[in-house]
Amino acid sequence: MHPLFSRFWRFTTRHIDGVLLSAMLLLMFTGLIVLLSASNGSFSRVSAQVMNMLVALSVMWLFANIPPHYLMRLALPLFITGCALLVGVALFGEVVNGARRWLHLGVTRIQPSELMKIAVPLMLAWYFNRNEASLKLRNYLTAALMLAVPVALIARQPDLGTALLISAGGCYVIFLAGLPWRVIIALVIAGMASLPFLWSVLHDYQRQRILTLLDPTEDPLGTGYHTIQSTIAVGSGGALGKGWMNGTQAHLDFIPERTTDFIFAVYAEEFGLLGNTVLLLLFLFVIARAMVITANAPTLFARLLAGAITLTFFTYAFVNMGMVSGILPVVGVPLPLISYGGTSLVSICLGFGILMSINTHKKLVQT
Amino acid sequence: MSELSINPGIEIRDSERELDRFRRRLAILGVFVIALFSLLFLRFLYLQVFQHSHYSTLSDANRISILPIAPHRGIIVDRNGVMLAHNYSAYTLEITPNKVGDLETTIDELATIVEITPRDRRRFRKLLDESKRFESLPIRTRLSDEEIARFASHRYRFPGVEAKARLFRQYPQGEMLSHVVGHIGRINQREVEQLENDGRLANYRGSDYLGKTGLEQSYERFLHGTTGVEEVEVDSGGRAVRTLSRTPPVPGSNLVLNLDAKLQEVAYNAFGDRRGALIAIDPASGGVLAFVSKPGFDPNLFVDGIDPQSWGELNGSLDKPLLNRASAGTYPPGSTFKPFMALAALFYGKRTPQQSISDPGFFVFGGHRFRDDKVDGHGMVDMHKSIVVSCDTYYYVLANDLGIDPIARFMTLLGFGGRTGIDIGGEAAGVLPSTEWKMRRYKQKWYAGETISVGIGQGYNSYTPLQLASATATLANDGVMFRPHIVNYIEDIRTRDKQLIESAPLRDIGVKQEHIDVIKKALVSVNLEGTSAQAFVGAPYTSAGKTGTAQVIAIKQGEKYVESKVAERHRDHALYIAYAPAEKPSIALAVVVENGGFGARAAAPIARQVIDYHLLGKIPDQPAKAD
Repeated sequence: MHPLFSRFWRFTTRHIDGVLLSAMLLLMFTGLIVLLSASNGSFSRVSAQVMNMLVALSVMWLFANIPPHYLMRLALPLFITGCALLVGVALFGEVVNGARRWLHLGVTRIQPSELMKIAVPLMLAWYFNRNEASLKLRNYLTAALMLAVPVALIARQPDLGTALLISAGGCYVIFLAGLPWRVIIALVIAGMASLPFLWSVLHDYQRQRILTLLDPTEDPLGTGYHTIQSTIAVGSGGALGKGWMNGTQAHLDFIPERTTDFIFAVYAEEFGLLGNTVLLLLFLFVIARAMVITANAPTLFARLLAGAITLTFFTYAFVNMGMVSGILPVVGVPLPLISYGGTSLVSICLGFGILMSINTHKKLVQT
Repeated sequence: MSELSINPGIEIRDSERELDRFRRRLAILGVFVIALFSLLFLRFLYLQVFQHSHYSTLSDANRISILPIAPHRGIIVDRNGVMLAHNYSAYTLEITPNKVGDLETTIDELATIVEITPRDRRRFRKLLDESKRFESLPIRTRLSDEEIARFASHRYRFPGVEAKARLFRQYPQGEMLSHVVGHIGRINQREVEQLENDGRLANYRGSDYLGKTGLEQSYERFLHGTTGVEEVEVDSGGRAVRTLSRTPPVPGSNLVLNLDAKLQEVAYNAFGDRRGALIAIDPASGGVLAFVSKPGFDPNLFVDGIDPQSWGELNGSLDKPLLNRASAGTYPPGSTFKPFMALAALFYGKRTPQQSISDPGFFVFGGHRFRDDKVDGHGMVDMHKSIVVSCDTYYYVLANDLGIDPIARFMTLLGFGGRTGIDIGGEAAGVLPSTEWKMRRYKQKWYAGETISVGIGQGYNSYTPLQLASATATLANDGVMFRPHIVNYIEDIRTRDKQLIESAPLRDIGVKQEHIDVIKKALVSVNLEGTSAQAFVGAPYTSAGKTGTAQVIAIKQGEKYVESKVAERHRDHALYIAYAPAEKPSIALAVVVENGGFGARAAAPIARQVIDYHLLGKIPDQPAKAD
């Protein structure tokens, strides 16, 4: 091999985790196959998704090459900016579909809640890392407060799905940072006790979604429609599935949003229990690899950040599949690496880029 | 130097302890991950294996829609294959009201493209009132190719309006056969319930029409056919994507009638502009050769719902074109009843043919004088003469001798006062008076005096022309009675199997042949030298007949009926029964001309034209003239 090429190859792949990337590519490829079926054999969405993937992989490569301690410096400014933007949304945000989620910034409009998905764990990891030497209960309390502010702002947009996912991410960090068990148990008890109160502050449509989950048939053409149709798709897939491109639920337009949030219904219908098991194992493999990276991360910051990224990834996958198969309420969560859409893909790959960076910058940190 | 470097050992131990704790917590989360993924797996297992058939069914129910395919309705032809009811394909313009914003505006705009008459609008309004909003209703039927092309190019402007190719029912013979063939019409709510009760509704899922009257109604089960089904895959919007399976419809069977359309036409035209009815029956089979009720109406008006104005004209007309005079109209038989009375006398042995009475021109009973038609009377009258000259006195006496109940029993045998069971609906039973009938009807006992006028076909007597024709046919056929039937056979158009409607006789009335021959001989004389001789002058065949005149209004005692002084609608009905050829009858008929006056003058010439055509193929050049 030409020495120049091998030097370039070494430069390119130096911070890339081959095992993780292979599993990711396998998932993304699966996504393209399902997407082709979900878009009735039209290549336009597939090619758009390929472009999204190229962008996302570039972002991953970029972040894999940024040493973790640079990210530490970003934590506080990113978090403060994010919170400021959320306040901006609450004050001047644009209302779309009854929710105030978007903020106009002259040329473009952004959804600051997306930014917080990475900014919150980054901030918490940075905070715990800073106070690593003497973690006291009040540090956990402070962390919880730092989590509560953006979550509350997002929840009142209202965007309950994102708020829950972000608070899940934050909770993983706090848990991994060593929140004492007695506190955890006390919180669980308190949480259960406050359920009736939480119910009372929910919006009508949010309550409706939860009620619908308990009995989707109550409103089959309204809020229950998504759940009923996607459950039918999954169930009618059977053990081996109806075969690629043969899903009737998908192809006859019974599954809403079948290229994005409900793409798993198309997959489950066409590939059956066998396909679902393979997909679960693939996700599990990615999570396992990410956990190994997390476990071997050199600093508390890296460990917490890596753990948050890994478990957020898991949460997305679980919530999405749970929602499609009818055990969780319908929240706007895409299936990571599979669903069509650039934003989700880029943010997932950005996270894995950070993981790879953590995995490959150990020596640099330790020396 | 920081504090940390002073005691590096503790720092490392601390750090390792931290790391251990972190890894423990990570492991807990790992278990958490596996637990939740296992939960998902169990959920998939449950849905995709244990509940698979349930969800499979649901998925099929989602995607498969059963579309009915309406069968072609059977056609109706006469005995010579002349088309009486057939289908043709044409386009209709249909509006689905709930898909259209403002109906009036849409119709106005449509009117700029295709012709929409005020009549179309009225008919559409009526349909709209009777139907549900999501049904598509025709605003215009039978569009020309040019109109279809014009509409097609403006289609986009008319959401909720569709041009549909449909089979139309058409009755080429129009009003001539309106009461026989009947017509179809859009299925109404009451009929839907009826079909549901009969368990036949499923077969009508693709059908908009149903036989409403006449043969179209009575042979509905045969004409309709069996609806086919097409299993189609539909998308969530309900649009058919592809066909999965198809069970073709079974077309309805054709009806081949005994009726001769040409004979029907001759008979119908013979009435000219007079009202009345004529039934002609083949005595040897009961097959109905002609079935006229005049005036008729255009049945084609009813197929797609009649507009209120046309309906009002038909329904309100003094001529009652919607009344089926032949089988639902009842008339006193007048003197046409006499041959049957004579037959009853022979049957009961109350008279011999030779037994004579002296007719002074009246018969007194209970202080009431029953007048004969001929003021001075007919002199000595035996049975033969009583029929030929239509002597009333003979029958006044006879009726009195027989008594009402024996008369009623015998007349029941001949089918009087009961439905004949002809194969179209709406038949009237008429009135055959008896003591039991009067008690039931009026809660009064029968007075012997009431029997007298029954003998000459007046009084409570009231029969349909069909009953009269059927009795005449029975007489012509020497007492062997058939059920009158219009349809000869039902033909399955796929297998060419023919199902004959009737071949076995209903009954033999049990009168001795010699008795029947007495009556038949007299009826021949009627046409040769009796009351209707003039109508049959020069006929190259032997015919038998009997005239009759039925009073429309009662004439006061001592008052003479003068035709010219009575208002047209109060004039007597003219009746006539006949059969020919007398030796071996192939046609028996009954004619009623409403307000026609004397039977021999108005009704017999119509019979002559009908029999002439039937036996000689002679087509008259003008309606039968009253002699």
